[in-house]
Amino acid sequence: MGWRLIRIYTILVYLFMFLPIAVVVLLSFNANQFGSFPMTGLSTRWFETLWNNDAIMRAFRTSIVLGLMTAAISTVLGVLASLALVRYRIPGRNLITTLLIAPILVPEVVLAVALLLFLNFLNFGKSFTLLLAGHVIFTLPFVILVVQARLVSIKRDVEEAALSLGASPMQTFFAITLPLLMPAVAAGGLFAFTISFDDITGTLFWKPGGIETVPTQIFSMLRNSISPEINALGTVMIVLTVGLPLIGAAIARTLATRSGA
Amino acid sequence: MSAVTLSKIVKRFGDYTAVHQMSLEIAEGSFVTLLGPSGCGKTTTLRMIAGLLDPTEGDIAIKGKRVNDVPIHKRNLGLVFQNYALFPHKTVADNVAFGLNYRDVSKDEAKRKVAAALELVQLPDLGARYPKELSGGQQQRIALARAIVIEPDVLLLDEPLSALDANLREDMRVELKRIQQSIGVTTVFVTHDQTEALAMSDQIIVMSEGRVEQVGAPEDVYNTPATEFVAKFLGASNLLTAQCVDAAGGGIVLDLPGFPRIEIPKERAPRVSGPGPVRLVIRAEKLHLKAPQTPADGMLSVDAIVENVDYQGQSARYFVRAGDHRMQAVNMIEDHPFAAGARVALRFRAKDCAALPVESRP
Repeated sequence: MGWRLIRIYTILVYLFMFLPIAVVVLLSFNANQFGSFPMTGLSTRWFETLWNNDAIMRAFRTSIVLGLMTAAISTVLGVLASLALVRYRIPGRNLITTLLIAPILVPEVVLAVALLLFLNFLNFGKSFTLLLAGHVIFTLPFVILVVQARLVSIKRDVEEAALSLGASPMQTFFAITLPLLMPAVAAGGLFAFTISFDDITGTLFWKPGGIETVPTQIFSMLRNSISPEINALGTVMIVLTVGLPLIGAAIARTLATRSGA
Repeated sequence: MSAVTLSKIVKRFGDYTAVHQMSLEIAEGSFVTLLGPSGCGKTTTLRMIAGLLDPTEGDIAIKGKRVNDVPIHKRNLGLVFQNYALFPHKTVADNVAFGLNYRDVSKDEAKRKVAAALELVQLPDLGARYPKELSGGQQQRIALARAIVIEPDVLLLDEPLSALDANLREDMRVELKRIQQSIGVTTVFVTHDQTEALAMSDQIIVMSEGRVEQVGAPEDVYNTPATEFVAKFLGASNLLTAQCVDAAGGGIVLDLPGFPRIEIPKERAPRVSGPGPVRLVIRAEKLHLKAPQTPADGMLSVDAIVENVDYQGQSARYFVRAGDHRMQAVNMIEDHPFAAGARVALRFRAKDCAALPVESRP
């Protein structure tokens, strides 16, 4: 009796969580202009409209470029920071770690306003660079957390062995440390991309006029009317933000099995 | 010319001095062991030779060339670690070939050398495997192959056998010595295991608290310990305070209450110069327990009582008391071990004993 209640309750929780998403995905294939059940037919017309909507496609390209650049910069910085924090004795290591992780803990609005005010104070206007910088600050902690955890598990002995065999510190990094770190680097990069791709709070504050990312585009479209295009766009977003990390995890697992770590 | 020369090297970590003014010459082609308990500075010394640590003071020379400012990757050394440190993402063949990538070696030449190295460690067919597919012993052999394939000037081994289980460790000990002799590479071996040190070394350097206690061939270090530390660390020894009554004749004559007169050969007490208190060293395995009244056979004899027995199968460790002196003896068991409380005669030869000056050091 008790178990049955728990089972029903669990199913209800899942329905509550995923039903809205399922509805969005379902309605994106609706042939009718007005989203109502029962659906009158299946169609991909909203995806076509989406494809032909210049504003959305521009926002899409912006988001992709922004996400890729955020991921690239965050990953490089994150790997370098992790190396410094894990491999070298630097004074105030704990403080630096805390500061680097802090952006996760601070409410995003606060971070967004703070960065904006700081750059205004320095007389920098809003720009794509500011937007990118904001996204990097916001995604860097995730990369550092993932990469640091992995780096700790790579024994210093392995690097010392490579050095003793004649590889310079740089060669050792590229031949030994980086390949062993790759699963974490890939995971960190994916995290950074998805978080950047998804972000709306910070982006609303930081983006210069005329530049929209997918989330801000959806946001502004919703203010006018609820167009079925948004359902299609939502579906694309879901596929990207859920699919990419899954693919990434799969790749990481294959890499990890092959390298024996 | 010696392969490695350490001149008054000192290593400090903050206020802590890990190695005190250590000087050492390691002969070309020899197998030298740094032996001591953990924290004695042996690994620190090895890491300084390797270039993984910089000495605070003093000079390190390899083949007559000062290497203090030469980084590790330019020193041409082979390094083997306790936990193998193989590259997990590379095959066995790629692991072994790694060092050759940074040397002027053609592809064919490298292939040939890798095959020869794998042959030498008796694992010629494992080239395509990944390290995690190998046993601990196999991994350590591959690590050794990787270190010697580059024909290093010096092979540095940091407790390479400690991670292996007991039986395998003995096999690997013999194997390691065979490989070292067949290629004749100068080897510095770090261990805390006296058995390994005694079995493998041409020369043992016993270290304690960052200082060298004794340097010598295994037999010398074992038979004629230079300090109390060495006497205690290598094997189980009984140290008794005795009076030297005559050092002028052919031997050192010792007087110990309850014991017969003991005359130790001079070469067993090189540091005892004249009459006065000395420390008498009797190795536990040189102290034989016999039933009372057994003929002495020219050995010295002391009556004693067995206080405790530690049964070890083929041998037993006895804790005995002779008068006020408590001693240990390790004997092979011939029939039945003596039981606790048994009255026995302790038999030993004066020429198996050693004598040391009394140390003022705590």
